[in-house]
Amino acid sequence: MTRFSAFSLFAKALSGHQNWPEQWPDAAPKPAYDAIIVGGGGHGLGAAYYLAKKYGITNVAVLEKGWIGGGNTGRNTTIIRSNYLYDESAHLYDHAVKLWDGLSQELNYNIMFSKRGVMMLAHNVHDVQSLQRHINANRLNGVDNEWLTPEQAKAYCPPLNISPDARHPVLGAALQRRGGTARHDSVAWGYARAAAALGVDIIQNCAVTGIRRDANGAVEGVETTRGYIASKRVGVSAAGNTSVIMHMAGLDFPLESYPLQALVSEPIKPTFPCVVMSNTVHAYMSQSDKGELVIGAGTDQYVSYSQRGALHIVEHTLAAICEIFPIYRRMRMLRTWGGIVDVTPDRSPILGKTPVKGLYVNCGWGTGGFKATPGAGDLLAYTMAKDEPHYINAPFNLDRFRNGRLIDEAAAAAVAH
Amino acid sequence: MILIHCPYCDEKRPEIEFANAGQAHIARPLDPSGQTDAEWEAYLFIRANPRGRHHERWRHVHGCGRFFNAVRDTVTDKFEATYKAGEPRR
Repeated sequence: MTRFSAFSLFAKALSGHQNWPEQWPDAAPKPAYDAIIVGGGGHGLGAAYYLAKKYGITNVAVLEKGWIGGGNTGRNTTIIRSNYLYDESAHLYDHAVKLWDGLSQELNYNIMFSKRGVMMLAHNVHDVQSLQRHINANRLNGVDNEWLTPEQAKAYCPPLNISPDARHPVLGAALQRRGGTARHDSVAWGYARAAAALGVDIIQNCAVTGIRRDANGAVEGVETTRGYIASKRVGVSAAGNTSVIMHMAGLDFPLESYPLQALVSEPIKPTFPCVVMSNTVHAYMSQSDKGELVIGAGTDQYVSYSQRGALHIVEHTLAAICEIFPIYRRMRMLRTWGGIVDVTPDRSPILGKTPVKGLYVNCGWGTGGFKATPGAGDLLAYTMAKDEPHYINAPFNLDRFRNGRLIDEAAAAAVAH
Repeated sequence: MILIHCPYCDEKRPEIEFANAGQAHIARPLDPSGQTDAEWEAYLFIRANPRGRHHERWRHVHGCGRFFNAVRDTVTDKFEATYKAGEPRR
């Protein structure tokens, strides 16, 4: 693997950037591995990287049915934050935020993590009370979050309309300064490159079509479109398609898959310095380094695997954006797209073991999985390596839907997750 | 936006007139106190979530207000059929 540095950039510039080697090899499947990860998104690639890096399991394959990072990793709005209400969630998401710090250096890959701050708006008395409760809960858990007056919010994000007669008046905001954005594609590529350098096979265009189990019911391998691959440890990190994979192992999951949409505007000069979320009117926005406004819309109301959403969902979000940030009213939108998100009944993920021996799962991140990428990868790797969950992901087990210990972030995170 | 046929109004109307009400044909237990934890889990939380043919409930909230069932393909989003509540599963 070529180490990226200012010197290597300069040296390759002298030859017109013609001689860069491939960043990682396009591997073909071997007959057997010590561990298999199903799903080549950020979470799966991260799990493979940490398996090799931290837990010494390097004979690992990542199986991706399409191309690396072509699913939700390349379709999200790249927001990173950890201001979740409940203790379990705060620990889980803050574990990821801590790993985001320094990830560029660790992977030798610029993932463009920008701690520009995530600001959540309060539009009514209920919002004020709810956000202040969040701030207090977050601080007790060591997660930074602070209250801003409307004037302070306007100073932090000048395009914000705080006039008292606005359609959605701003009564204040909660700001997590450690939150921000990262370049989503780079996260997938950085993990893939670093994992491949440690011996992991990254196998694209390889869909899993079956899970083979031995006489005792334990996993012994997976059937794929590129042949049978043996492994006694299989981690599934397949987002919206998790239910489909789990059916192959005879498991029914508490998941439903919905299309979630996002869109970007034409690129403009830097005008929007942070991330702003408004859960009440459901709009959230940031500006990419290319200059596009990146806007997150909502999910469709019905189960679907179509990777397309309906236009009225986008219209609803844009109506709110135009009211909260009137300066953007005349902007044109360039692209919209959809990704399929797997949603659990309590809106918290499932990360741990399954009733099938050797089968592990990382799913249910719903509309907010990107922020957790390094943490989810690390914890899935830990769980697969030790055959038991880390204390951080232990509460996010499958059993909670039977014993009732739900982690009900549904009310806490509202729609924008 | 998808167009949905309401079997009561007998009209194809835009999706915004309707509310999706989740998976169809889930029967509430007749003897709630006799249920095990696993049975409650299956009733409350476990969902088919198929990639393909899916049975679901819709409610014509901005029309007749009534619930009905539908069969839809979750990859193409095309409806195969809609039928009145109480009719057998298609």
